[in-house]
Amino acid sequence: MALNLDTYLGVHADALKLQSKRMEVLADNLANADTPGYKARDIDFRTAMANTGGSGGAPSPVTLATTNPGHLGTDPTTEANANLKYRVPLAPSLDGNTVDAQQEQAAFADNTVRYQATLTFLSSRIKSLMTAITGQ
Amino acid sequence: MSSFKIFDIVGSGLSAQSVRLNTVASNLANADSVSGDPSTVYKARHPVFQAVQAAVGQSATASDRANGASVRVTGIVQNNAPPTERYDPGNPLADQNGNVYAPNVNVVEEMTDMISASRAYQDNVEVLNTSKDLMLATLKLGS
Repeated sequence: MALNLDTYLGVHADALKLQSKRMEVLADNLANADTPGYKARDIDFRTAMANTGGSGGAPSPVTLATTNPGHLGTDPTTEANANLKYRVPLAPSLDGNTVDAQQEQAAFADNTVRYQATLTFLSSRIKSLMTAITGQ
Repeated sequence: MSSFKIFDIVGSGLSAQSVRLNTVASNLANADSVSGDPSTVYKARHPVFQAVQAAVGQSATASDRANGASVRVTGIVQNNAPPTERYDPGNPLADQNGNVYAPNVNVVEEMTDMISASRAYQDNVEVLNTSKDLMLATLKLGS
């Protein structure tokens, strides 16, 4: 049986892309912490992950059918953009800004830990592959 | 997919906050620069921030959304509140009525603005460091 690298790395490759995208969105929020009218956003990670075909949660009713090899699949980055949602503000300020710096920092820290966890998973997969290749 | 977009975002945040710190420094430095003419007196300056991105859903193209939102300083506006008139005939700058005009800089407001800018700057630096570490860890994947 041939080894398929895509399936070998499993859900982690998609998760890494999504987490990297989420890192950008959270950085956006923090960079715009003082921009009047800016609305904080975040990625609906569960839905985005489920739509990439991963087992992140309940399958979404709306997914792109890929009936032809030429069709574009559900790329995690596209999914992330589609699942970009506005945050429900806890205490919006008068200038229309809904960024809560503490909340964003916490979300960023959370995302960092998840990113590192995914890196660890990927790293161990790659290491076991290397062990198999080098036979040592 | 560009993994390094986050550095552009953070960089824009850092430069925006640094412009804000600059205006605070300028306002504080000139807080006591009195003048004999109300039209030439120093006016407090404040930066105007704007998110570089159309709101999601309204005329936002897919590339717009994918590019994320950095922040830019669209301009620096002057506070048009009238300067404070003060009777100080001993001042060499006083007009014929003995009045000098002090800038409309509110020092307490500027100090709190400085703390807010400094915290926001630190936030951005923290994001930069963390994402840099993560990028480096990603580069070393499997080794």
